[in-house]
Amino acid sequence: MLQNSTKNLTPRQVYEQKERRKGVVIASVSTFIVLALIFILVPTAPGWEAVQKSFFNKEVFIKTFPKLLSAFWIDVLIFLWCAPLIAILGLAIALCRDVQSPALFPLRIFGAIYTDIFRGVPVVLTVYLIGFGIPGLGLPRPYNSPYIWGSVALVLTYSAYVAEIFRSGIESVHKSQRAAASSLGLSNSDVMRYVVLPQAIRRVVPANMNMLIALQKDVALLSFIGPVEIFRQAGVFKSLLANFTPYVGAAIIFLAVTIPATRFADYLLAKQNRERS
Amino acid sequence: MSKLRVENVVKSFGEVTVLKGLNLSVDEGEMICLIGASGSGKSTLLRSINLLEPIDDGAIWLDGDDISLPGLDPQPVRQKIGIVFQSYNLFPHMSAVENVMLAPRRIYKKSREALRPEIEQLFEKFGLADRMDHYPDQLSGGQQQRVAIVRALAMKPQIMLFDEVTSALDPELVAEVLDVLRALKAQNMTMILATHEMGFAREAADRVCILHEGEIIEEGKPEEIFSHPKHPRSQAFLKSVL
Repeated sequence: MLQNSTKNLTPRQVYEQKERRKGVVIASVSTFIVLALIFILVPTAPGWEAVQKSFFNKEVFIKTFPKLLSAFWIDVLIFLWCAPLIAILGLAIALCRDVQSPALFPLRIFGAIYTDIFRGVPVVLTVYLIGFGIPGLGLPRPYNSPYIWGSVALVLTYSAYVAEIFRSGIESVHKSQRAAASSLGLSNSDVMRYVVLPQAIRRVVPANMNMLIALQKDVALLSFIGPVEIFRQAGVFKSLLANFTPYVGAAIIFLAVTIPATRFADYLLAKQNRERS
Repeated sequence: MSKLRVENVVKSFGEVTVLKGLNLSVDEGEMICLIGASGSGKSTLLRSINLLEPIDDGAIWLDGDDISLPGLDPQPVRQKIGIVFQSYNLFPHMSAVENVMLAPRRIYKKSREALRPEIEQLFEKFGLADRMDHYPDQLSGGQQQRVAIVRALAMKPQIMLFDEVTSALDPELVAEVLDVLRALKAQNMTMILATHEMGFAREAADRVCILHEGEIIEEGKPEEIFSHPKHPRSQAFLKSVL
């Protein structure tokens, strides 16, 4: 290796190497100081013992963790049926906003209004309004299930965001691609289906991964309208045991899923940036 | 009757009038080279003939039919008129052969298997037989441009338009694309080229048209145009490029 054999390096390379080493040393020292301060200072806080007892209680953690984990399965299920519906509806809305024909102008307006409304209202409000409002119409069982209407609320909200992502992807495909496809005599819908969309969808995969991660967390909002998923389950334990540790347990479970997913999304994005440059 | 006739075509982009009542007629099997400075309207003319740009006034006749009529469905016209662009514009998510097959598959509703023999023949003819399954980013510029030409030819057009197809290529790759154009001429393909390859225009064109600010200021046999240009603008332009 060139770096190891100093005698082969030019003075400039030696200088660069020294600078790099200096950087590593400074970063290590400053990280160490910050960590040391946290470990020394936090336990000296007056409320530390109380916090430790009510948030980081080992017995409570061990007792509640398995139940939390099985409650998390409900989150996973809700996520699994919402995600494909969001992809389909989001794409449909994005296509609505791209239609050129004047006869279909109402579709464009609908697409614009839809995205404005559902991006403008906090998710939790949509969950409340739809989750309580629609079953309130007097729907019979099982059609009044909060699982259904909570999922509908999530699908409607996230589709609005995903539609915007797809639309940005569609617009990012250079117009020369459309021109080349049209010049062969392809119809507008074929141009979209075979030339524009495949490129657009690929480009927005990283952005959509981030939406999936956000959705995975927002599934917990359904707890407000009934389903005993992980957040609700943690709340039940909190009341039962008068201890906040279950919330920490729930947070750990979420992180166990979202951190790898986030890293994967970052990896996809970095890969895409490399390919484009 | 000429194969294609462009009659008093006017085209503006906002304030800028790019084509100012341009006239051009092309006979069957003729190869026409459009030369002129950048911005003289060569590309716009080709794009208008392919109906990628709607014209503001005038008419474009193909076999005696006005293809520029407003409201006319452009698809059947485009199937008869192929165009190849400076920047190749291959579809990056498809292999070379898929790029070529897309339009015939969708428009003539033919299966890949039914198309394969004739498409293979086209690839072979242009020296691309071993590149059929490559993706555009695995091909050199010259290969990409040849695939783009094959893609247009697969629709069996009656006229081919070439918009500065060698301008984006590295100099050593220009020849392979020009060879393709010569081969097409040998088959009597009706062609209109916008080009900066003066040597090629001189050697291969049946007629050379010099465009200046949206008009054809001079046209004729290449030897006349290149040796004795009459219009002062043509003289100035040719002096600057030759």
